[in-house]
Amino acid sequence: MYAQMVKSTGERPKTLDEMAPDERAFQMRVDADIKIEPKEWMPEGYRKTLIRQISQHAHSEIVGQLPEGNWITRAPTLDRKAILIAKVQDEAGHGLYLYCAAETLGVSRDEMTEQLLAGKAKYSSIFNYPTLTWADIGAIGWLVDGAAIMNQVQLQKCSYGPYSRAMVRICKEESFHQRQGYDIMMKLCAGTAEQKAMAQDALDRWWHPSLMMFGPPDGDSVHSAQSMAWKIKPMSNDELRQKFVDQTVPQADYLGLKVPDPELKWNEARKGYDFGAIDWNEFHEVLKGNGPCNKERLEARQKAWDDGQWFRDGLMAHARKKNARKMAAE
Amino acid sequence: MKNEWPLWEVFIRGQHGLAHRHVGSLHAPDAEMAVKNARDVYTRRNEGVSIWVVKAIDITASAPGDKEPLFDPSNAKIYRHPTFYDIPEEVGHM
Amino acid sequence: MTTAIKTDTALFDLALRMGDNALILAQRVGAWCGHAPALEEDIALANVALDLIGQAKMWLSLAGEIEGKGRSADDLAFLRDARQYRNALLVEQPNGDFAHTLMRQFLFDAWHHPMLVALKSSADKRVADIAGKAEKEARYHLERSEDLIIRLGDGTEESRQRMQTALGALYPFAGELSAADAVDADLAARKIAPDLGDIGKGCAAYLKGVFADATLNAPESAAVRKGGKQGLHSEHLGYILADMQFLQRAYPGATW
Repeated sequence: MYAQMVKSTGERPKTLDEMAPDERAFQMRVDADIKIEPKEWMPEGYRKTLIRQISQHAHSEIVGQLPEGNWITRAPTLDRKAILIAKVQDEAGHGLYLYCAAETLGVSRDEMTEQLLAGKAKYSSIFNYPTLTWADIGAIGWLVDGAAIMNQVQLQKCSYGPYSRAMVRICKEESFHQRQGYDIMMKLCAGTAEQKAMAQDALDRWWHPSLMMFGPPDGDSVHSAQSMAWKIKPMSNDELRQKFVDQTVPQADYLGLKVPDPELKWNEARKGYDFGAIDWNEFHEVLKGNGPCNKERLEARQKAWDDGQWFRDGLMAHARKKNARKMAAE
Repeated sequence: MKNEWPLWEVFIRGQHGLAHRHVGSLHAPDAEMAVKNARDVYTRRNEGVSIWVVKAIDITASAPGDKEPLFDPSNAKIYRHPTFYDIPEEVGHM
Repeated sequence: MTTAIKTDTALFDLALRMGDNALILAQRVGAWCGHAPALEEDIALANVALDLIGQAKMWLSLAGEIEGKGRSADDLAFLRDARQYRNALLVEQPNGDFAHTLMRQFLFDAWHHPMLVALKSSADKRVADIAGKAEKEARYHLERSEDLIIRLGDGTEESRQRMQTALGALYPFAGELSAADAVDADLAARKIAPDLGDIGKGCAAYLKGVFADATLNAPESAAVRKGGKQGLHSEHLGYILADMQFLQRAYPGATW
């Protein structure tokens, strides 16, 4: 997902009996679906895990602007160009909302940015793949946004108030993202043979990276168990992944495209699709920084940050001068 | 000197006649730019007719720990609510 | 259709000039999406690009209608070569550092807004309608870019220096927007468009005031660089079009 493999305390969740009174009161509120708000008491592990998760989520939005932004100047019609800009702009907005949500936990946006640029903070593996053709813009909207929405819809109910409210706003705005992607795919699949081949090629390349977005099987991960107990991770990775496959395969069928998995087949007994093994080695390599575009993505963010320094400083200096002049006049 | 733009809380009046409502936050060098940024960030979908911005550090909030003494006492004063009173149906709408 | 309608070529040119200015500038500004110096600025710039694409679509649709050969806004945007483009040289100048992008935007907005205000009273109702919609957007663009020019001119030493360099580089291109040719004279005579000389005078006085507030100096006697309005462009435009038109050229006749 946009926040994959977020480490929490590294310990199994405590039972209510094992907790100190403050922590027990906190956990009981979480269990009762009462939102936790910024200045309230919270376990240090909860605060730190949330900062990691929300900032990872925010970084993913910002880095996620790059692969799609790559096609803004080449979008094939005026309408497609406008739609793509509006979509990539939304991602900047979503990054902004999420950074602000993380800031309520006592970390600044500049600090989070520095962690991203230093390679200390992660972002979703999916954005380290290249957008080679226009069909990739369709595939990203359809598959990547489709996968993200599944998780984000659930996160609207998460226990931390500012995160939950940011998710509500994001989900509302994102509702057009997946549809515009599928719309691009429909046009391509109804078009010339070359266009249809372009669509199939995009599905071939984005299918498995999209399944990896949900993260590796939770197994008995203590991080997942703790995050689920705190209600900041709504469902297991495998549950969400299965949901995504079941929803997406019929959509591929409708387009007349073939999902690139020879083992994919309908399982009547459990009313879901069985699918082939995922290459988790590839996933871990991408997370480690060895994906096709890791270097380019971070370089682009670093360049924007460095090149923009004088602009941010210049505006701040002017605001200070203006304020000083105002004070002097009073 | 630390040059991070300060954080602002943004309040938007969605329609004429409604109160301003908190919609989120953003960074800006000063209040005027905060209003412009709020226009660009928070009204992209025709959401507003008026914007307020307040520097986040200028907000004074009640302490979360005081929730019980601050808010529980009003729970007991049920006579402030219209449903406390039984008015016979014959009297009509009141 | 058997009756050939004679195209109003001056009006056609006006719609192309307005549309191409908006389109090429949108293409330049849109390239910042994901790369701007701050998130808030990234979002604000994308709004400017979106406004300009919307305006380009209106003007180019009108151009197609005036021409009467059934060309759509997309046909005109994606299937004309550089010599048929009618934008001023200013808008095709490279993004450069952010100072160049902001200065290019400001010099354009400072002309664009009064131009649209004047076009609202055009004798051609279609022109007046488009100007009416675009003028509100342009007013906000100008307000925003004026503010940034003043703040960054009167910011740090480095920001002033960068803005001054950008002004020196781009100022020579500003004059073309208000330099009237035979097409403009014809349109002014028919009350379809304003006297560009008047727009230019107002614009120059306005720029002077803003640059003073921004502690910037416009070059004293800069030769005006022009040609774009007549289709004689800088080398930059060919690359802009190669990028923008790639899919339409590589897959002729496909729908997207």
